[in-house]
Amino acid sequence: MSKELEPLADPGLPEHVHRKADIDPIAAKRAERQVAVLFALSAVGTFLFIYSFFFIKDDVFIFLPIMGNTNAHQLGIGMGMALSLLFIGFGAVHWAKTLMPDQEVIAYRHELKSAPEDRSEFVKTAKEGAEQAGLGRRPLIKRSLAAAVGLAGLPAVILLRDLGPLPGNSLNETSWKTGTKLVTDPGDRPIKASDLQVGGVAQVMPALLAGQKRTLENIAKDAVLLIRLRPSEFQLDAERLSWTHEGIIAFSKICSHMGCAVALYEQTTKHLLCPCHQSTFDVTRAAKVIFGPSARPLPQLAITIDADGYLIAKQPFTEAVGPSFWERKS
Amino acid sequence: MTARERVAGTVANYVDERTGAAAWMKKNLQKVFPDHWSFMLGEIALYSFVILLLSGTFLTFWFDPSMRHVVYEGSYQPLKDVEMSASYASALHISFDVRGGLLMRQIHHWAALIFMAAIVVHLLRVFFTGAFRKPREFNWILGIALLTLGIVEGFLGYSLPDDLLSGTGIRIAHAIIQSIPVVGTYLSFFAFGGAFPGEVFIPRIYIVHVLLLPGIFLALITVHLMLVWYQKHTQYPGPGRTEKNVVGYPLMPVYMAKAGGFFFIVFGVTAFLGAVASINPIWLYGPYTPGQISAGSQPDWYMGWLDGLVRMSPPLETHAFGHTISWNILLPGLIIPGIIFTGMALYPFIESWLSGDKREHHLLDRPRNVPNRTALGVMSLTFMVIAMINGGNDIIATHFDLSINQIMWFSRIGIIVLPPLAFVITKRICLSLQRADRELVLHGKETGRLVMLPHGEFIEVHEELSAEKKFTLTQHEQPKAIALVKEDVGGVLNPKGIRARLQARFSAANAENIAKPTATEVKELEGGHH
Amino acid sequence: MGFISKYRRHKGALPILIMLALTGLGLTFSAATAAPAKNTMTASAKSTIIEEGEEIFLKGCSSCHGLNLEGGAVAPALIGVGAASVDFQVGTGRMPMQDMSQQAMRKTPVYNEEQVAALAAYVASLAPGPRAYTNEEINWERDGNTAEGGELFRNNCAMCHNFAGQGGALSQGKYAPTVMGVEAKHIYEVMITGPQSMPVFSDTIITPEEKLSVIKWIKAAENEPNLGGAALGRVGPVTEGLLVWTFGLGLLIGIAVWLTAKAR
Repeated sequence: MSKELEPLADPGLPEHVHRKADIDPIAAKRAERQVAVLFALSAVGTFLFIYSFFFIKDDVFIFLPIMGNTNAHQLGIGMGMALSLLFIGFGAVHWAKTLMPDQEVIAYRHELKSAPEDRSEFVKTAKEGAEQAGLGRRPLIKRSLAAAVGLAGLPAVILLRDLGPLPGNSLNETSWKTGTKLVTDPGDRPIKASDLQVGGVAQVMPALLAGQKRTLENIAKDAVLLIRLRPSEFQLDAERLSWTHEGIIAFSKICSHMGCAVALYEQTTKHLLCPCHQSTFDVTRAAKVIFGPSARPLPQLAITIDADGYLIAKQPFTEAVGPSFWERKS
Repeated sequence: MTARERVAGTVANYVDERTGAAAWMKKNLQKVFPDHWSFMLGEIALYSFVILLLSGTFLTFWFDPSMRHVVYEGSYQPLKDVEMSASYASALHISFDVRGGLLMRQIHHWAALIFMAAIVVHLLRVFFTGAFRKPREFNWILGIALLTLGIVEGFLGYSLPDDLLSGTGIRIAHAIIQSIPVVGTYLSFFAFGGAFPGEVFIPRIYIVHVLLLPGIFLALITVHLMLVWYQKHTQYPGPGRTEKNVVGYPLMPVYMAKAGGFFFIVFGVTAFLGAVASINPIWLYGPYTPGQISAGSQPDWYMGWLDGLVRMSPPLETHAFGHTISWNILLPGLIIPGIIFTGMALYPFIESWLSGDKREHHLLDRPRNVPNRTALGVMSLTFMVIAMINGGNDIIATHFDLSINQIMWFSRIGIIVLPPLAFVITKRICLSLQRADRELVLHGKETGRLVMLPHGEFIEVHEELSAEKKFTLTQHEQPKAIALVKEDVGGVLNPKGIRARLQARFSAANAENIAKPTATEVKELEGGHH
Repeated sequence: MGFISKYRRHKGALPILIMLALTGLGLTFSAATAAPAKNTMTASAKSTIIEEGEEIFLKGCSSCHGLNLEGGAVAPALIGVGAASVDFQVGTGRMPMQDMSQQAMRKTPVYNEEQVAALAAYVASLAPGPRAYTNEEINWERDGNTAEGGELFRNNCAMCHNFAGQGGALSQGKYAPTVMGVEAKHIYEVMITGPQSMPVFSDTIITPEEKLSVIKWIKAAENEPNLGGAALGRVGPVTEGLLVWTFGLGLLIGIAVWLTAKAR
């Protein structure tokens, strides 16, 4: 191997090979006809679109292999549009490929850098302009200008203040208060302990007060999942056990990770699985996280029964529900 | 002069008298563009953008971006009398009660997916061929900006109908905003006008989606194209192609016909997809409510990697002094993507800093000739692909009878182990290909024909490569390692310090190439050698 | 020369022999593993349907579920599961379980309707449990409300079974199966019995009328044609993205290659 890397010489552009349509006028005519056919097919597509749009009812279905029952109206206008566009393209490209000149052309790159005279002229002009503005010699103008412009940007930011209210303590509060009845969602029926079988779940909301409407903002914090196990299956400390009632335990349905609804309950394993990022919570251990990215268990709602035997909240949630935030203490 | 020529002449004269257009029209109609299929990937993105503008404008004539509660009264029976937002109801109206509405919705969404896919393959082409080098660094940054904004624009777009799937995505975006330390809760209350979901988010993102971002796109794409126009397109190395010329076809008529035709083809393919493949069937998802969720909820593909990173994150959160920092959200959701995209944007500068190469480049690299860059690219791709696979882990689990837990662990470990492995393998493959090129130049192409020599030996006849091919395979530069100069003759330490050491290290790695054959070597072999 | 001798070096001889051997092996295997139920049924004398059920149980189920339905290491006890469970599990072919994997999967039922009814009667006779239903008494078409059923489905079922009832992943390789193509009575029974990982949806939590609405919505979804074209599995953006990267980009790049290739 030689030490000097002298490259091979550039042989220049390869010989131009003529196309059939360049040499043979019959081939050229055939290419022209092919282009015309492609454009004509485009027109066919357009007519298919127009016919399907006006004359095919949108409840007509036809059976196609692979696709099954297909809506004829949708297929007609869609394919009509697709064909009308595609064939214009195919025609234009075929025309360019077969009939337009295909001799490669060489153009030369000019140096991007400006000529030295232009560069020095620019520097001179810029310097002169700056001197004429006089900022360098007049620091008072420079500083007061900077201050004014800097301050003038503030209203733009301040105007955004009313985009929304301040969070206040709202993230720590839900509609659940002491004595709030648990009701089914949907249906708003209050629930007795005997309504829920072992191995059953119920989607639950706090009962509405008279005349109150449930908003999506309420649902986003109040949604609760009610699960019934056998009391012996719990592995809870005394306090958390006292938040259950005869094997019924309630958790916030809003995932402590990023807020999706954790409603996927596996009866055999007693695990709750959040379908968004697969955080897995162990119901027997107060929704302790056993897999996945969530860092906190689901908040447990303390429940008991009222005088008529309906399930009620014993107290509000003892922590904020939903995803974490800076001000969250734990 | 024919009648047509006279009319054309009058028009041209009219315009030129008012604008002086003749001069620059003449120059630009003759502009030369190199012709290679891999140069059309950016065009797919450009044309998809136009399709998005056209189909999107159509949709705005019926879409109502309001979150006020309505009861559905349209023709889709399974949602009869269901409570929903006006935006969801209007999207259903477009799908079922406006002729061509569903088609345009589908074309719009397919075009968005193709737009992002085209940007990614275009980015890969530009990266692997080194087209981002001087003088095109700024264009590369514009491209990364377009990629980032495209992801945001797509996310906002499919969130407009306020269905269960996209609403879940907004919930997650909200959690990311809320988790930002110090200002998170304020930002989220300002963005949503209060508690989640609020009543103002959809109208606000509507204006971002149809006015702000498209405007920014138009501006950025215009500058992006103008730079390509002015700096002239790069070209692949080959016979007759140098750093100082462009070989190709003129704008008029060839390029106009081919590029113009390709626009119609991209539009046609998108319309074809809109005709035969269902996308975003919002009526099946149902309206968004925070109390519901579907199994197998994913964002659109270009955000799948984000979802995958979030899913595989370890459950890290710190609680200190009455405050919480959710690393399990910030790391995969903001910090790592931020590092990745910043790194991508700065890459041209990083590469030129490490290699010391400050020259202009208009000839593209063949990826095998720059093994380190190619390996780095494949490594990054591997990272993204593993993240994306994890984003779909539940769909993969149901369809291939696997366990999501196993896929998650595979991804957690794989995303650390597999990218470096991919780097090593790719680099070795590049070096092998270089070796193969060297063999081809020195010994010619194997023809598969066996010949028995008079003394009984069997040889395979090799066909010598043409001069053009030999040139293409050897025209590239092979950088030499920059020697590390720790101190000068006087004993003074190198002022560049650690930078000098890094540069020496990386340039040594860059110089690891199979030496290409020189002219003398080739000449030595010319003479019947097999 | 005999036929076999004449053709023994024919180039098709070996493939045909292999096909015959494989077919024979397969037939032997399926004969060996065939359910014994039908033959033994007609052979023995039966007095009541419960005795019939007991016989089937002892032959086909007791090895895992115990002679007295007490369960065992691999199978749960069946005391109190009721006729509904048996009708669902055996009627959808989940039981008898093919292999000892995580989850019983739906497959072609081994026992016919008569035998299922007998098994159900036997199990129900040992301890009270939810009763089985017939398709005729589940009047979902008349008494159900599709839209209400959709709301109920999205609230209670979609998180496991997906928005269109296509099924979804649970942890550790378990899965919620598709709800498409299931008989109405089986859907009703499955909500009441909560098999394997599925929770129990008793009539007090989802009322019988609500259950009929759920069934009506499921049937509507099953019969709903895909308005926009091929459904791509009704699983959402994953398959849509896959289509773009394979077919969409593939087609466009292929066209780009054609476009820049030199014409002949």
